[in-house]
Amino acid sequence: MIPEIGHFALMLALCLTLVQGTLPIIGAQRNIPNWIALAKPVAQGQFVFIGLAFFSLMYAFVAHDYSVLYVAEHSNSDLPLPYRMAAVWGGHEGSLLLWAFILSIWMLAVTLFSRRLPADMVARVLGVMGLVSMGFLLFMLTTSDPFERLIPAAVDGQDLNPLLQDPGLTMHPPMLYMGYVGFSVAFSFAIAALLSGKLDAAWARWSRPWTTVAWMFLTVGIAAGSWWSYYELGWGGWWFWDPVENASFMPWLMGTALLHSLAVTEKRGSFKSWTVLLAIFAFSLSLLGTFLVRSGVLTSVHAFATDPRRGLFILAFLVVVVGGSLILYAIRAPKVGLGGRFQLVSKETLLLCNNVLFVVAAGSVLLGTLYPLVLDAMGLGKLSVGPPYFDFVFAILMAPMVFLMGLGPIARWKKASLPDLAVRLRWAFVISVVTALVVPFIMGRWSPLTSLGLLLAFWLITTIFYNLWSKIKRNPDAPWRELARLPRSYYAMQVAHLGVAVFVIGVTMVKSYEVEEDRSMAVGDTAVVKGYTFRFDGVVDRKGPNYTAREGFIHVSDKNGDEVTILHPEKRIYEEQANPTTEASIYPGLFRDIYASLGEPLDNGGWSVRIYYKPFVRWIWFGCFIMAFGGLLALTDRRYRFAIRQQPAVGEATDGSRDAPKGAPSLAMESKH
Amino acid sequence: MKLKYLLPLAVFVVIAIFLGVGLERDPRLVPSPLINKPAPSFSLSTLADPRRVMTRNDMLGKVWLFNVWASWCVSCREEHPLLVALSKADIVPIYGLNYKDNRKDAQQWLDNWGNPYVQVATDMDGKVGIDYGVYGVPETYVIDKKGIIRYKQIGPLTTDILKNKIIPMVRELQG
Repeated sequence: MIPEIGHFALMLALCLTLVQGTLPIIGAQRNIPNWIALAKPVAQGQFVFIGLAFFSLMYAFVAHDYSVLYVAEHSNSDLPLPYRMAAVWGGHEGSLLLWAFILSIWMLAVTLFSRRLPADMVARVLGVMGLVSMGFLLFMLTTSDPFERLIPAAVDGQDLNPLLQDPGLTMHPPMLYMGYVGFSVAFSFAIAALLSGKLDAAWARWSRPWTTVAWMFLTVGIAAGSWWSYYELGWGGWWFWDPVENASFMPWLMGTALLHSLAVTEKRGSFKSWTVLLAIFAFSLSLLGTFLVRSGVLTSVHAFATDPRRGLFILAFLVVVVGGSLILYAIRAPKVGLGGRFQLVSKETLLLCNNVLFVVAAGSVLLGTLYPLVLDAMGLGKLSVGPPYFDFVFAILMAPMVFLMGLGPIARWKKASLPDLAVRLRWAFVISVVTALVVPFIMGRWSPLTSLGLLLAFWLITTIFYNLWSKIKRNPDAPWRELARLPRSYYAMQVAHLGVAVFVIGVTMVKSYEVEEDRSMAVGDTAVVKGYTFRFDGVVDRKGPNYTAREGFIHVSDKNGDEVTILHPEKRIYEEQANPTTEASIYPGLFRDIYASLGEPLDNGGWSVRIYYKPFVRWIWFGCFIMAFGGLLALTDRRYRFAIRQQPAVGEATDGSRDAPKGAPSLAMESKH
Repeated sequence: MKLKYLLPLAVFVVIAIFLGVGLERDPRLVPSPLINKPAPSFSLSTLADPRRVMTRNDMLGKVWLFNVWASWCVSCREEHPLLVALSKADIVPIYGLNYKDNRKDAQQWLDNWGNPYVQVATDMDGKVGIDYGVYGVPETYVIDKKGIIRYKQIGPLTTDILKNKIIPMVRELQG
């Protein structure tokens, strides 16, 4: 009964989208107040019905209802409760439902936090989101119904994919989807602005907090996925350039470009049509990611069940949404005008470079991901593009990017001077170069890429501190007062950039100094890796709730022979799926991880054991979390907390160092007072 | 001037066309360079008895299927009933290559789900798999009387592929 209610709720939600996607938009164009007023209640109704469907499915999982096909395929009576709940998004149909549910959460958020927005703008935004929601609900109901019954019911379920039975992965998809789907808000704002013809600084200011929240979730989601693959796949890698990873990374790159471009549009009124385009691209890439993952056009380790009918539907949807938006763009954008002018050397130019580099980076990831498909479509054979391509292209694009990141916050709006910048930053540069040369010397091995990575990271750090110091210098008597006067959004930017530096250090150190050893070890054998002695003490069998495990014991001691830790890598066989998974055992540290995983049992009773030494690997994820924290700081900026109805003059900020316009503007978000 | 604003649309149309064509294609159909080449030779111990050795040349003179499988592979279980049915129909002998697996699990798996194989070679470290260009498990090769690879199926067998492709091909090769 409950699953039928869920199914019915989805249908009702679809009916509501028919209203939400049409009347408010038409009402806004024709100025019919009653139709405009429909937007909010209808969107809230959507949330209620999709939520009802979502929790009905979760209930079916919790209650072991194996007469629901999707539950029978993805759960099992031995599956622990938290995983039964997370199993809702463990397969194709359920992840779509999660997608739709999260979209409805975003819609609800728009209805709640938009009291200061003009009603016609809200109506358009919610209308566009309703259209997106309509596409997804139609997709679900026609090709991927999560509530399909299995009659007669299965005695027991086939269990959730063992790789997904992990605390990290239960949170990864919701986070990622919050980000993915969150770009739909920025997208809807862009389309609404194009529809109304009012592409102004106010539009950029409304879009900014939404874009920041989505970007934050996406950053955390990607980092969580990377962290998961690090300890769960047992290869010690943290990024594989797998098509599915790329699918989440492309919207991130585009979203990052969008964040920066929105800042320019808000403060200087420039880049308007470019910003709109980025908002369209960011969401289009989210949709494209969904298409790539769901349609089976590309093979991937993440591959879900593939079905060409689904692929065709998503492609058609993609064509309607993206094609439609780009046609609208082509019609409306030429009327937008240029906005504030700026000199070749200025903060605007630097931000434009940032935009271009991010877009090119997203483009090259797209190219690498689609290249095999394109070659195949043209009948030129099959091949796959691997990490060598991505690593290479990425290093080339990101190196200048990080270098410019050091300059950007210091350069002035409108007109900056290169010689002046060079003089001001000479010491930052010298310190970075020296550090980049000294650190490899201490570590004992040097390579050009190691130095380059460190140079960029320290360049970022030193420029950030130079920037802070230059603020203090204006009032050396009361440095703290000077620092306290800086707006929260300024610190937000610096923190996010610091996160990038931490990330770059992590990547550079791991790539340069990691040690990976595969040893075959009999009981009692020792191996010495990076000064640590690893002694293999054998394997015992252990039983988990729905799996049996072979648990290894590896005693780790340091140079003095003192015990450091005992590692317990496992090989698990999940009963229902007879699918072994590797549980690496990690002894974490701020400056290095010691990592062991079990390979295969050997004929002589020993095992092949993988031992990794990973210096600074944690910094990779720390860096991402610091970036996301920067986003959080930006949201708590006063401008977003206090909504004062006052239109600021566009382009009033002329001082490069002052990031907040003096007149606090009206806001889309006004959560806390 | 106006054209500039149509550029994103144009790029998207090109991408959409490729995606559309891509939908028609099967990413698993990677052509094997080994088609119509002699099957790489190997010498591996059998699953049933580790002291017995199975080589490629044992099968010379007959048409045979070489099925790469592992107990850890979910899709193998999907295609397994088909293999069992095929072996009962007595059309063509099926030999197995147990790929990157361990004996106990593999034997247990065959005990549970039925053994369609005349014999199974054990490729624990996956070296023979590399010689054969194994791309993903399961894979199935059709090998003729002279030991030449005639067909390679990447991914699980389906009734359709068996009926319309593999069985007619086997019949033809058997003469």
